[in-house]
Amino acid sequence: MAKLKIALYWAASCGGCEIATLAIHEKVLKLAEVADIVFWPVGLDFKYADVEKMADKSVDVCLFNGAIRNEENEHMAKLLRAKSKIMIAYGSCAYEGCIPGLSNFYNRQMTMDRAYIETPSTDNPKKILPQTKFKVPEGELELPELYDTVKTLGQTVDVDYIVPGCPPEEKTTWLALEALISGKLPPKGTVISHSIKAVCDECPRKKEEKKIKKFYRAYEMIPEPEKCLLEQGLLCYGIATRGGCGALCPQANMRCTGCYGPVEGVIDQGAHFLSALSSIIDSNEPEEIQKIVDEIPDPAGTFYRYSLPDSLLRRAIIK
Amino acid sequence: MGNFEPKIVAFCCNWCSYAGADLAGTSRIQYSPNIRVIRVMCSGRVNPLFVIKALSIGADGVLVLGCHPGDCHYIEGNYKTMRRIPLLQKMLKQLGIEEERVRLEWVSASEGAKFAEVTNGFTESVRKLGPNSLGHSKQSSKEAKHG
Repeated sequence: MAKLKIALYWAASCGGCEIATLAIHEKVLKLAEVADIVFWPVGLDFKYADVEKMADKSVDVCLFNGAIRNEENEHMAKLLRAKSKIMIAYGSCAYEGCIPGLSNFYNRQMTMDRAYIETPSTDNPKKILPQTKFKVPEGELELPELYDTVKTLGQTVDVDYIVPGCPPEEKTTWLALEALISGKLPPKGTVISHSIKAVCDECPRKKEEKKIKKFYRAYEMIPEPEKCLLEQGLLCYGIATRGGCGALCPQANMRCTGCYGPVEGVIDQGAHFLSALSSIIDSNEPEEIQKIVDEIPDPAGTFYRYSLPDSLLRRAIIK
Repeated sequence: MGNFEPKIVAFCCNWCSYAGADLAGTSRIQYSPNIRVIRVMCSGRVNPLFVIKALSIGADGVLVLGCHPGDCHYIEGNYKTMRRIPLLQKMLKQLGIEEERVRLEWVSASEGAKFAEVTNGFTESVRKLGPNSLGHSKQSSKEAKHG
């Protein structure tokens, strides 16, 4: 059998997914036996022009991480889609927009102003903002245009499979690679993970009836080691998040923040978490409920931490 | 904005508010024609997702109507709604949607007049807010896929 041709690319991402692909440790040798990497900007010296020269559908699999937030991201997503037989949205940014997607609470101008003018560590008295074109004696320099709204990979090109996580766990990555190597592929559109159920299903903490009088932020309390974090008032996202990670965060006394995306069949993770979370508030008095709700400082940012671009609203309305 | 007619979705619980709407009708009480009633078994069935979806595909306002506290056919479904709506409103505000576009009211089966009063009042307040700025044509592929 001819070796699999694999391309890896990063768009708007932090680089964590690149590390996650390497986190398969010694299994990388197994991968090298059956696959050749034909494009991987972070690790190998291929240029965009090399990809452009490849024949359409000549790459077997593209692992694409990162959201789509500028011209370059979009161009590479479309290019790699054309060249690849299988396109995988690898990691939460490509899947749901993730942390870069939080800039959908603002518009481009607000993001630029914040990044290049307002931040306390910035010294930019002339208020110079990045330009897409700039003339220097040697010629004209170009930068890709930043978009107003961050999009997911699936909103930009056709995606075959999704590997969830911020970043995906080693075992999740290997599950996907194993399927590719063996050729036993799940139906198109599958979110590849060991579980279709919620994180709670894998979490060993003791769970009883959930009734919450007061929500706490992580720094406000030291949680008991064995009791469900949500029952202790932490905004643990496990009830609305796909498992497969092994519930690592709750086991380390850290609330789940929702990086594996929604459980099977759910289209808006934030709305579902809101629904589940608010219904366990322990009060039947509107005033008291309002008081408890007011203690949650940033519901939209908490509920859509990983999924604002993939939510029904996709972004905040800026007037 | 003189001829702006708001589109309003009203989720009515089967046991109280839907019967209340029925009573308003059979009693020939005039109420605003702007509302589109969707019957649900309980106001507790109204996932905040339904409200967000309605707003995202063109509703200017969403009413959630349920049994009075203590009267829920399923004992505590409406208490869950009572807890959900304030958090939903707070979150929508952060997303640039006025919290006044979503309202929760209790309407019993005998309150046809209250049903009319609530729908008229809500319609007028949404009319004052103006159209929901989420584009009415904004139908993402994802929404289309999920009907």
